[in-house]
Amino acid sequence: MNRDSNTYTIVYASVMVVLVAVVLAFTSQSLRSFQKENEENDKRQQILRSINVQVQANEAKAKYNELIEKSFLVNEQGEPIEGDAFAADVAKAFGQQMYPVFIARIDGQTKYIMALSGAGLWGPLWGYISVNDDCNTIYGADFSHAGETPGLGAEIVFPSFSRQFAGKHIFVQGEYKSVAIVKPGKSATGQDYVDGISGGTITSQGVNKMIFDSLQGYVRFLTSQNQ
Amino acid sequence: MGLSNKSKEILTGPFSKNNPVIIQMLGICSALAVTSKLEPSIVMGISVTVVVAFANVIISLLRNTIPNRIRIIVQLVVAAALVTIVSEVLKAFAFDVNKQLSVFVGLIVTNCILMGRLEAFALGNGPWESFLDGLGNGLGYGLILVVIGFFRELFGSGTLLGYPVIPEVFYQWGYVNNGLMILPPMALIVVAVIIWVHRSRNKDLQEN
Repeated sequence: MNRDSNTYTIVYASVMVVLVAVVLAFTSQSLRSFQKENEENDKRQQILRSINVQVQANEAKAKYNELIEKSFLVNEQGEPIEGDAFAADVAKAFGQQMYPVFIARIDGQTKYIMALSGAGLWGPLWGYISVNDDCNTIYGADFSHAGETPGLGAEIVFPSFSRQFAGKHIFVQGEYKSVAIVKPGKSATGQDYVDGISGGTITSQGVNKMIFDSLQGYVRFLTSQNQ
Repeated sequence: MGLSNKSKEILTGPFSKNNPVIIQMLGICSALAVTSKLEPSIVMGISVTVVVAFANVIISLLRNTIPNRIRIIVQLVVAAALVTIVSEVLKAFAFDVNKQLSVFVGLIVTNCILMGRLEAFALGNGPWESFLDGLGNGLGYGLILVVIGFFRELFGSGTLLGYPVIPEVFYQWGYVNNGLMILPPMALIVVAVIIWVHRSRNKDLQEN
């Protein structure tokens, strides 16, 4: 067999591509249900972390069902609309002016959990932020990222960063201000602020913008809850 | 282990005298990207070892059938398919590991060590030798990554594997973590220092 002939090369390439495609498709299909469950548990863990509850992946479902009373989507006017808040892709939902809300009850207190979606240096950022029943004071927050630099931007996932948000206010004298992320040592006037990540400036700015933009969609919902 | 001398040479050569990073100068790009912490360095070292070893075996088995003109494409397809399968399996059964790896999966495919070993070794040697060669080169690469990760995390963040190791009193005496260590250029300088130390201990590797 002449290995340098055009026919051999073309046949070889075609067979290889088809074989690899079949193997990959089979792997993907047969593992899909496991992967979906992992993803859902991961999402539950993120939501629970935003109300300061840390659980293992295998306990996430039980704990989530225990603490989260209900979840729904709201529109920009703060009115509930049709849809599944948990299954919704946050970035897509935001694009259609739909905002997922999760209501948790902890020690008899109501906490409102809202979804966040934005962009960092290398890829998407997302997270969840919860507020007390005054709809102003932050109770907890949790951030995730797809590909920020380890040791720099990727530090946003750690509690040392997210814990700073507890007790901060998103409204100042009734006006929506969000919470600013500033360079460590600097401050912001007229709004609450937390320290960003040293060396992770672009990611920190991304989180800053993500919180501002995402919570903006919830402003009507939060103010209507408060009356 | 009943390894012949030749097999032993293939396996252990890349640890020092034929190290992929500090002698062959392969895989420098990922050595810079992932070594700001020790943990991702270890994970990356293991993943590259697994992928190089198996890709080497597959290419070695196919070596007498691959058309010469598209051999690089065949190598790439094998490497990319293998990495994708590993990533899918991890996503299903070790989700946390996969989340850490997500950044590196792409880096493994483009890792020059992978293509370098497939092209230079697996195309001309049997499956067993190729497996050992992949294992040796992966481990030799991982070794350098771990050393760089160790120094960068220790001096850059004052931690190892996320645990603080520099005593609190040092900070009270005025010790400050060196933020420069976390930035990519320092990885290049650490690699250079390793090469310097290695060459000064192995005079035969020095070039005039």
